[in-house]
Amino acid sequence: MTNVVRRAAQRTVMFVAALALVAVVWETYKAVGPEDGGTVLGVRILPRTSEYAMPHVWDMFSRFSRPEVRGSERTVLDAVTAGAWYSFRLSVAGFALGALVGVALAVLMARFKVVQRGVLPYLVVSQTVPLIALAPLVVSWGGRVEIGAFVWPRWLSASVLGAFLAFFPIAVGTLRGLAAAPAASVELMQSYAASWTKTLFKLRFPTAVPYMVPAFRLGASASVIGVVVAEISTGLKGGIGRLIIEYAREATGDPAKVYTAIFGAAALGLVMAGAVVAVDVIVMRNRPKEAVS
Amino acid sequence: MKRSVRVAFAGIAALSLLVAACGGSDEAADEVTEDTTESTEAPAAETCTTPTPVKLQLQWFIQAQFAGYFAAQDQGFYADQCLDVTIVEGGVDIVPQTELANGNVDFAISWVSKALASREAGANIVNIAQVFQRSGTLQVSFKDKNITKPEDFKGKKIGNWGFGNEFEIFAALTKAGLDPAKDVTLVQQQFDMVGLLSGDIDAAEAMTYNEYAQVLEAINPATGALYTADDFNVVSYEEAGVGMLQDAIWASGERLASDAAYADTAVKFVAASLQGWAYCRDNVEACRDIVLAKGSKLGASHQLWQMNEVNKLIWPAANGVGFIDQAAWDRTAQLSLETKNLEGGTVLTKAPDAEAYTNDIVTKALDILAGLGVDTSGSAYAPIEVTLNEGGN
Repeated sequence: MTNVVRRAAQRTVMFVAALALVAVVWETYKAVGPEDGGTVLGVRILPRTSEYAMPHVWDMFSRFSRPEVRGSERTVLDAVTAGAWYSFRLSVAGFALGALVGVALAVLMARFKVVQRGVLPYLVVSQTVPLIALAPLVVSWGGRVEIGAFVWPRWLSASVLGAFLAFFPIAVGTLRGLAAAPAASVELMQSYAASWTKTLFKLRFPTAVPYMVPAFRLGASASVIGVVVAEISTGLKGGIGRLIIEYAREATGDPAKVYTAIFGAAALGLVMAGAVVAVDVIVMRNRPKEAVS
Repeated sequence: MKRSVRVAFAGIAALSLLVAACGGSDEAADEVTEDTTESTEAPAAETCTTPTPVKLQLQWFIQAQFAGYFAAQDQGFYADQCLDVTIVEGGVDIVPQTELANGNVDFAISWVSKALASREAGANIVNIAQVFQRSGTLQVSFKDKNITKPEDFKGKKIGNWGFGNEFEIFAALTKAGLDPAKDVTLVQQQFDMVGLLSGDIDAAEAMTYNEYAQVLEAINPATGALYTADDFNVVSYEEAGVGMLQDAIWASGERLASDAAYADTAVKFVAASLQGWAYCRDNVEACRDIVLAKGSKLGASHQLWQMNEVNKLIWPAANGVGFIDQAAWDRTAQLSLETKNLEGGTVLTKAPDAEAYTNDIVTKALDILAGLGVDTSGSAYAPIEVTLNEGGN
């Protein structure tokens, strides 16, 4: 146990040190870099160091304690926290939906080769559709969905777009995992006359877990990206994506402020990916080490 | 192993339930809904038992540009007309006229040239009230660039937003005898004015009520104080003779023709909205507070500036607020026909049909307002003086 604690502490220290290093590099470049950047043959290769392009790190953080608009009790930190929490819930919904669809597709594809051959190319194609082109369409379709008492809420469009990005790595990763069961084990199951479903749950899913976890991590951060972009694109209110664009509009007068929202979005992605890792640790706690390799 | 898989699935299911549970509570925050409880006390002509639900699509986020609608909601003007109005904010990729044509909303705010382009493409939408009588688009540049008229754009880096907000720039270039493709460098502009301040853009597109204020809220590094109007040259497209009609209320042409109840709702909606605008003309600061209370992130002095500048675009309204002036309409249509874009094409390929706008609805609405004693021409209107603070706060 102490080992675990020590490793966690080490990781935390490394994480903070890495952040501090980024801040130091940022400030060093700002101090020594050319104010108007460096250009070679008219192409800017060195970024500008002006207040607009690179605000001081402490300016960014000092914004957190300021009121969001003058005279309001609500600080920027409150706004960013509330926005991140809102987007987090949308992302979790999107992730859950994406995971459900992704795993279901993977199982179908693993079961029926013809499905795999037919569907997989479309999955790849689906990921080349730009999200910003899709976002207004989903909002528009959603606006017309009314099934009985169920009225499509606007936030659901953002979650669906999150799911749209999340399902792909999950489907591909899970499919790969389901196919990874050793031939000898599959033959053993066959010798027991185990049904395909039995084989799926007793053998294929367990061997797939090491493939699924990284896929789910990718899916988790992808769902955050989907939700944030959808918020920006469709103007959905309340989340961190909306805050980014709202604060970006103020960049003329206060270039440092938008970074608070960007930090919020980054933290959100970390939390989502971290949550998947935490679930993995809990699920895998009883699994012998060598089986995971 | 079976167990661990089950745990994972149970976790996902639990998470989705949790989200479904949490999500519901925030629906109210998504859209701003009118509280209609006070409608019974309002001096309505007929008693209002079930208000008609109406959805209005804005072009952008909550700001004083749309103050009239929020004021009508806040002051109960919509409720007085027995309407339950939901105001839907815009987004980067939300096209109001498309939302209207798709039937997602009942009315939409859009610029005339953009909406006419959509109409030509098949969207049956009709201008029923021209709220902004004048164009608020500027091209702002630093004094030392010497850009005081569209002719001076030659050889300069001209910022524009795209998305149909650039038509006046092209119209001015065409009028000045310049080819947008060769004689100027067009630069895609962000939603802020950093490009102008850091020198990437010689002249930046700006609305009088928004982006121009943003530069006046920024610190001039040379002086340590805010930039002032003396630091800039401003080309006004309205003054250059290429101003195009902007914010107007659009309705579905199909429903206007076939649905008498919708046409009736349109009259009431326009009347109450214009009443809201009249309220904002006379109560500039109250309207700023209404907009701020609706959750605008831009600061108080910025919103007051915006309210004041928007009022200037609406008032005075000689023919009555919202009335579509034939001459201004024709000019907008003409410019849309003649204006060449980068590819050499024009905004419109043929003149808009006569059904593209109607003054029937706004005329009836103005009659309602006359009955209520609302001043709809604002002939005595005088703008206020607004002092901007740093960052618009």
